[in-house]
Amino acid sequence: MTPLVRHRLFWPAVVLVLLLVSNVFFAPRFFTITLQDGHLYGSLIDVLRSATPLALVALGMTMVIATGGIDLSVGSVMAISGAVACLFIGDLSDPGSVGGVLLAVGLALGLSAVAGIWNGVLVSVIGIQPIIATLILMVAGRGIAQLLTGGQIINVSSPPFRVIGAGYLLGVPVSVIIVAVVVAAAVLLIRRSALGVLVEAVGASPTASRLAGIRARGLTIMAYVFAAVCAGIAGLIFSSNVASADSNAAGNLIELDAILAVVIGGTALTGGRFSIAGSVLGAVLISALDITTYTIGVPAETTLLFKAVVVVILCLSQSAAFRAAVFRRRRTPAATPAAEVPA
Amino acid sequence: MTDVKAPPQPEVTVATPHKRRRADRRHIPVLATLALLVLMYSLGVANYDNFSDTQVLLNVFVDNAFLLVVAAGMTFVILTGGIDLSVGAVVALTTVVAATLLNDGWPAAVVLPLVLLIGTTLGLGMGAVIHYFKVEPFIATLAGMFLARGLSLLINRNSIPITDPFWTAMAQERIRFGPGIFISTSVVIAAVVVLAGAAVLAYTRFGRTVYAIGGNADSALLMGLPVGRTRIAVYTISGFCSALGGVLLSFYMLSGYSLHAQGMELDAIAAVVIGGVILTGGSGYLFGTVLGVLVLGLIQTIITFQGTLSSWWTKIVIGILLFAFIVLQRLVTRRAR
Repeated sequence: MTPLVRHRLFWPAVVLVLLLVSNVFFAPRFFTITLQDGHLYGSLIDVLRSATPLALVALGMTMVIATGGIDLSVGSVMAISGAVACLFIGDLSDPGSVGGVLLAVGLALGLSAVAGIWNGVLVSVIGIQPIIATLILMVAGRGIAQLLTGGQIINVSSPPFRVIGAGYLLGVPVSVIIVAVVVAAAVLLIRRSALGVLVEAVGASPTASRLAGIRARGLTIMAYVFAAVCAGIAGLIFSSNVASADSNAAGNLIELDAILAVVIGGTALTGGRFSIAGSVLGAVLISALDITTYTIGVPAETTLLFKAVVVVILCLSQSAAFRAAVFRRRRTPAATPAAEVPA
Repeated sequence: MTDVKAPPQPEVTVATPHKRRRADRRHIPVLATLALLVLMYSLGVANYDNFSDTQVLLNVFVDNAFLLVVAAGMTFVILTGGIDLSVGAVVALTTVVAATLLNDGWPAAVVLPLVLLIGTTLGLGMGAVIHYFKVEPFIATLAGMFLARGLSLLINRNSIPITDPFWTAMAQERIRFGPGIFISTSVVIAAVVVLAGAAVLAYTRFGRTVYAIGGNADSALLMGLPVGRTRIAVYTISGFCSALGGVLLSFYMLSGYSLHAQGMELDAIAAVVIGGVILTGGSGYLFGTVLGVLVLGLIQTIITFQGTLSSWWTKIVIGILLFAFIVLQRLVTRRAR
């Protein structure tokens, strides 16, 4: 039992289960999944579907954070990716052609990759602090997305494009399948090769890894490109789901949620060891939090308060200093209580 | 203002040419910002009618007084090498709490200190979590941001107008220097905050400790400096400045709204960076932050004067400026080593 409790994903998983179970008291049919018109329906499916953009962004963010960096620009990259795809499809003579949509997707992801190269070069070649290097694209990128769309919401009606975010394959939402495939591919590529260990080495100690002959520069750029492409896919899912490009709403504040998901998943912001499964779990947890506030019927605004409480609890539970303080208190009840923590 | 630039570094007793050149380099980012400001202003004067009016320049201060105060608090935090993401949310919370209490008939003399106390307490709490539990500043202040924004949404999700006589008086009060040349009381408050902050950074033991922590926290600790107390204090200062910025914003807008000041943390960070404060901490001046805020304000003014440029150009230009200044900082610090 103890190894299970000690596992770093134990507490996030417990919180997720508690959240989901608490829904049953308010919506008895919460766990029911029905098959309608060959599609799976149910609150659990909603949780997964709404988690997809965040899970992708968090996946990319995990790799960047593992190298000891951070990527604030993911939300802007999402907006750019959606804007480019919708503009391109809107200009097609036949918005319904699959080839045209694939080209638009390729173009959007290509541009996302360019954004990732930009971030990666700023961080690893010029040597700018990641938080600031990506702040540039975070501010300017949203401006670029608004420039592309002329500040308007671009609507597209293209059935093949709509499939990405709102379609179903064998009853399962296509967006969930996309995320599953990307996550599986990432896990295979990163964990079944030396790549993951190399990235962890770079994050844990850039100097030591350089002395060990690891090309940190290329690895760092790759991590940022991966994060940007993940954000690009997330942007496509988002804009396909609403069948429009909204350069203001797309990916707004998602960078904070993504960082939160990564931290919940047990990856330290200082770099080094990372957990892809943890980040995906974190993303699902945040999505479940959003859905739970809806089911319970509290105003949607209070989600932020919930998040604040969850962040505080999780961060404190991961903080060695806090654990030590609580532990000490348990042994000597006379010591000052440290549990009351203002946030 | 000139003494504000005086660096709070130990006096250089051995005036070797090399050391003198290093001290000069410290000023390069601030001087570059100043040059940029002059360039932007002259471009504006050359291209647009009436741009040379004194009031145009004063309006930059009037419209950005709250940002100036918030950015001043942020400067303290960034000088220690930390970051405070909660400022925008604390500003919003302040406006909402102030507006709600004033509408319930609380006197302004009670509300004003109360909202300042709330912001300061939030800052103190975040500082304590960061110091005692070794939580990263990024995450701790992110939680503070969610908390403050969530609280303000919980109190009221609509915009609340403020009709309190003191508030409206502060909003309408103008200090006139001549016909059509005036500043608001907020500018005076902001100026006092900036001067006080600069004096603290330059001439007090506390200010020196702030720079020492930013330079190297471990060394500062080994030197016996009160690292923990100072670190908590800078977040407390930032919380107070955010609350004061919120009060100034509520003077300016005469309303409390939970969606006020969205993204203000980014504006504040951008102003600090453009002002030449190095983000790893330990180097930079509050005077630079003032210049940074002015640059942001002047971009807005130029875009308004141009008329044909859309608002998103502001973001693109700020992004380009951020890039230019960060690369410049990088070059300066690299050469200094």
